[in-house]
Order: sequence, then C-alpha cells, then structure tokens
Amino acid sequence: MIVGFLNLNFQTLTDAVGLGAIYALMAVGIGLVFGVLRLVNFAYGQLVMAGAYTLAYTSGWPLAASILACFGVVVGLSLAMETAVFRPLRGQSPAVMLVTTFAISFLLQAIALILDLRNDQLGEVAASLTTLAQPISIFGAQVREITLVELGVAIGALLLLALLLLRTTIGLHTRAAASDFRTARLLGVRANRVIALSVVLSGVIAAAVAVMLTVQFPLVTPDFALHDTIIVLVGVVVGGIDRLWTATLGGFAIGFVSGLLNGLLPTDKTVYLPSAVFALVILVLLLRPQGLFAWGRRAAVPDRV
Amino acid sequence: MRRALQSLVQLGAPAVLVIAVGLVATTVSASNEVYFGNALVSVAVVVAIYVFVGNSGVLSFGQISFVAVGAFAAGVMTVPLDSKKGVLTTLFPVLRDHTIGNVPSLLLAAGLGGVFALVVGLPLMRLNGLAAGIATFAVLEITHNVLQQWTKIGPGATTLSLVPETTGPLQGTVGALVVIAVAFAYQQSRLGRQLRASREDAAAAAGVGVHVHVQRLWAFTVSGALAGFAGALLVHQLGSITTEQVYLELTFLTLAMLVIGGLTSLWGAVVGALAVSGLDSFLSQAEQGVHVLGLKLDLDLPSGTRLVFLAAIMALVLVIRPSGLTGGREARLPGLRRHG
Repeated sequence: MIVGFLNLNFQTLTDAVGLGAIYALMAVGIGLVFGVLRLVNFAYGQLVMAGAYTLAYTSGWPLAASILACFGVVVGLSLAMETAVFRPLRGQSPAVMLVTTFAISFLLQAIALILDLRNDQLGEVAASLTTLAQPISIFGAQVREITLVELGVAIGALLLLALLLLRTTIGLHTRAAASDFRTARLLGVRANRVIALSVVLSGVIAAAVAVMLTVQFPLVTPDFALHDTIIVLVGVVVGGIDRLWTATLGGFAIGFVSGLLNGLLPTDKTVYLPSAVFALVILVLLLRPQGLFAWGRRAAVPDRV
Repeated sequence: MRRALQSLVQLGAPAVLVIAVGLVATTVSASNEVYFGNALVSVAVVVAIYVFVGNSGVLSFGQISFVAVGAFAAGVMTVPLDSKKGVLTTLFPVLRDHTIGNVPSLLLAAGLGGVFALVVGLPLMRLNGLAAGIATFAVLEITHNVLQQWTKIGPGATTLSLVPETTGPLQGTVGALVVIAVAFAYQQSRLGRQLRASREDAAAAAGVGVHVHVQRLWAFTVSGALAGFAGALLVHQLGSITTEQVYLELTFLTLAMLVIGGLTSLWGAVVGALAVSGLDSFLSQAEQGVHVLGLKLDLDLPSGTRLVFLAAIMALVLVIRPSGLTGGREARLPGLRRHG
C-alpha cells in the first residue's frame, strides 16, 4: 500500500527533493553571511535574479561562457554589495541592516525592470539552458535531468563547503568569527578576509542557484527568486539560523515539504495550503524558538532584535 | 515646567507637521490631492507600527495584517446596500444585508484590529528576535491567504470597489492626529515606559519587576487597533482595494519609512512617513517632466526610474544615517537640553 503510494508519486518526490536541494543551497548562502555579519540578507534573491538575467542576455553565447558570465556577474555584485552596503552597516542593529537590504532588493528589482522593459516586453527567456530540462526515465518515472544535477550540485557544494570550513585555516577563522566575532578579532582573525570569503562563497552559491532555477523556469522577470528567498528565510529561521547546518536543514525541509504538498494535493484543495504551512511554522517557532534542528544548546549569541 | 514643555513639543511637533500637510492638501488641485492623502494615511500606518516595533524593539512584519483586516472590514461594511447585493453576493447574509456609516466603520476596524492582535499576540509575544519576526510574518501570510480565498467575508481575490471615499484632507488629518495622540498617550504611560525599559535591556527590566511579555502584548494590541483604524482610513481614501495592496509591498515600504525616520521615536515615525511619501510623490511628478523656474524640462526618463531613485535614496539614508533622519529621538526645541 505504502509502496504503491510512493511509486505513484515518484515524480512528486524527486521534484520535492530537487526543490529542497535548491532551497538548502540558498539557505547556506544566507546562513554564511549571517554567521559572520549577523545580517539577514533579504536581497539574496536579487543576486540570483541578476544571475538569471545574465544567462538570459547571453543566450547566444556558448553554454560554458554564458554560465561563466553568470558566476562573474553574481560574485561581482555580491562583493559590491559588501563594500557599499554591508561594510558601513557593520555593528548596526539587525532591524536597520534588514531594512537596508529591503531597499537594496527594491533597487535591484527596479533596475532590472528598466533594463528588461527596453524591448517593451516583460521577461526574458534563457533559451540555451532548456536542453537540461529534458526528462529522462528512471524506474519508469520521468525525472528531469536538472533534478539530478541539482542534487549533485547541492551535495557537492555542501561537501566542499564542509571541507573548507572544517579542514582549512581560513575555515577555522570563519567559524571562530561566526561564534564570537570580537574575540576572534582579538585573537588575530582578520575580519575583512573572513567576511570577504563568506560573501564570495555566498555569491558563488547564488550563481549556481541562478543556473539551476533558470533551467527549470526559463522566463526571467524582475521578481525572479523573490518568493523563493522569502520561503528560504522562513525555513532558515525555523531550522535554526545560529548554525550553518541547522539553517541548511531548515531550507531543505521547507523546500521538500512545499514541493511534496504541492504535488500531492489536488489544485482545488491547495487554496488554503499557505495558511496550513505558515500555521505549522508558527507552531514550530513557539515550541522550538531556537530552531527545529538546534538540539540541546542555547543560541550562541543573545537575541539582539 | 521644562518637562511639561518638552512633552508639549514631543506631541506638538508631529501634530503641527501633520496639520500643515492637511492644510496644504486643501489648496492643491484634485489630481495632486491624492499624494497628500497617501502621506497622511502613511503617517497613520507607520505610527501604528511604531507603537509596537519602536517601543518594544521587536521587529514585526505582521502589523499590515491588522491594516488589511481593518481595511476590508470597513470597506465591506460601508459599500451601499443596493450595490452590495449585486456585487458581493457570496457574503454571509448578516454582512450582505447591513451597512454602516463612515465613523462606525472606522471604530469597527479599530476594534477588530485590536481583538485580532490580542488573540495573535497571546502566544506570539513569548518569542524574541528573528523568531518573532518570522512568526509575525507567518500571521501576515495567513491573513492574506484567508482574505484572498474566503468569499463569505469579503470579495476574495477580486477588487473590493464602491467604497465611499470619505478620507479627504479633513478625515486624513484628523485620523492621523488621533493615531499620533493615542501613540503619544501610550508611550507616556506607565505601560509604555516599562516596555521601553525592556527594549533597552530585557533582563534588567525583568529584574526590576517588568513583565516583558505582558507589556509587549499591551503594545501589540494597541498597535493592532491603530493599524486597523489606519486600514479603514486607507480603504476610504482609495475607494477600492485588493488584498495585494495590503501585503508584502506595504509591509516593506512602511517598515522602511519607520527605520528611515528613526525606529525609536514617534517623531521619527511621522518624519519618516512624510519624507518617504513626499519623495515618492516628487519622483512620480518628476517622471512626467520637471518644472524648473517655470520651464518644463522633459528629462525623458524611462518609466520605473522613480522606483530606482526611491530605493537608492532609502538605502543611502540608511547607510549614512543608520539611526534614521531623527536619530531616533523625539522632537525638541533647539536649545532645550534633554536632561530636565
């Protein structure tokens, strides 16, 4: 019975895992910057959006060049954001930092809108990537290649990141800075290097997410990835934003659950789905305010909001 | 004496500013009056948010839920009966067959907003920090979802129209003044002072006997009632409304107004709301061409430039002056020192 149920929804399951993998990556990107700067970057989705537009505008280029351009633009924008906005705001209250990233998010969306509307048509199509969206057959179920790529990239990126953070000196410095920035600086950790590393890594992840999302949704608009960012932020806090791995699990969980529910329920039953999901979010937050996956420890830093 | 003067300035300065905006609104052409109406309603919404966020220091993304509830309650209840029976056929009979006047609708919205905030706040006010922010955001999502889908209490996903447009310069000004006066009375009260003490240091405030959660709940309820009231002002200004207009964009914009003005003061809330809506109005005028010394300068800006400038200036203000235009301080006369 259960096996039959699962088989019936193998497609749904793989889609849910794929969405979970993308959201987990976005959660890592947001969590890395939060770790060292205590800044919730609401404009993270607009980094992804910028990457997606780059892919769309370079559709005519060879695929590798187009993807390379996407990484270049996103990492560059990420570093520019750090220098122009995050650096002057270091040490400000979380509310001020968050609202500033709202403004940056609006700004990037407004710029994208103007660039996009030059041809009097909203939205650009990234045509060159659509080959990856072809379905292939596994166990009799249709699985789009991109789902496998997503899983591979997500797992690979997380492993590399874990190696970097756990096995290198700069990784040690980053972890030290994330748990207590001031003490880490006193002990000789160079703040700007650690922050730059986190920002670059989070930019690289945003670019990877941009490629994968664009393959699935080739029509790029100024609010591309905006909704996803909001959901990921919710997932990150529900999972536990104080540690990177709990944040990542939170991102995966919310992506997996929303993918699964969307696929399982018939359309006429899904109108109140957001209410159900967010009621669950409130319940989890009330029961485990430190994070769903943050077992057996209190927050590393006192609440500052 | 000095203290009384200080209080007078703290309440008087925002009030005078709002009255000035209201007076100018009566002199401009009908097409420009809408900008002033927007500014006055923004003041009401932002001050309502300030009552909770500014006094408690806890970030909430949920206050626009109370604006939405107030707006739809006041809107649905004031649509004239004869048109209501034709348009809003799916409503509960009791809502469909009754209609109320302008002032009762404002009071109804305030009451509903307050009760809703109290019910929601009872469990949620135990949360701190980002968890509180995300939980209040979840309230916004649920409110939006229900308002958009449940056609027995409102128009659902379609536009609610034919609402009497009673928020002109007079109602806008008086409404904003009422919200400011309530916010001021609250923050001068024992309750407001206890909550602000907990904002500066929750542990120390608890140590001297402040029930932090109870105080937050008070502020959340007052803020919810004011937000509901502001929502009613909004719907009576626009004449028609959809659920999208009282959702994410309004949440972000009003929070930005509050932070740009200065999160921790009533003066900051009023200045921020007026500054940002003033800038927005100016830019949308400029988009159609700028008048310099009587000459019309056609800049030929692509549409959407307004948003780029608005966002860039907001970000710039926050980077240069993170504590906001007012520095988060209340208004005071020049030369009047704060220690008194």
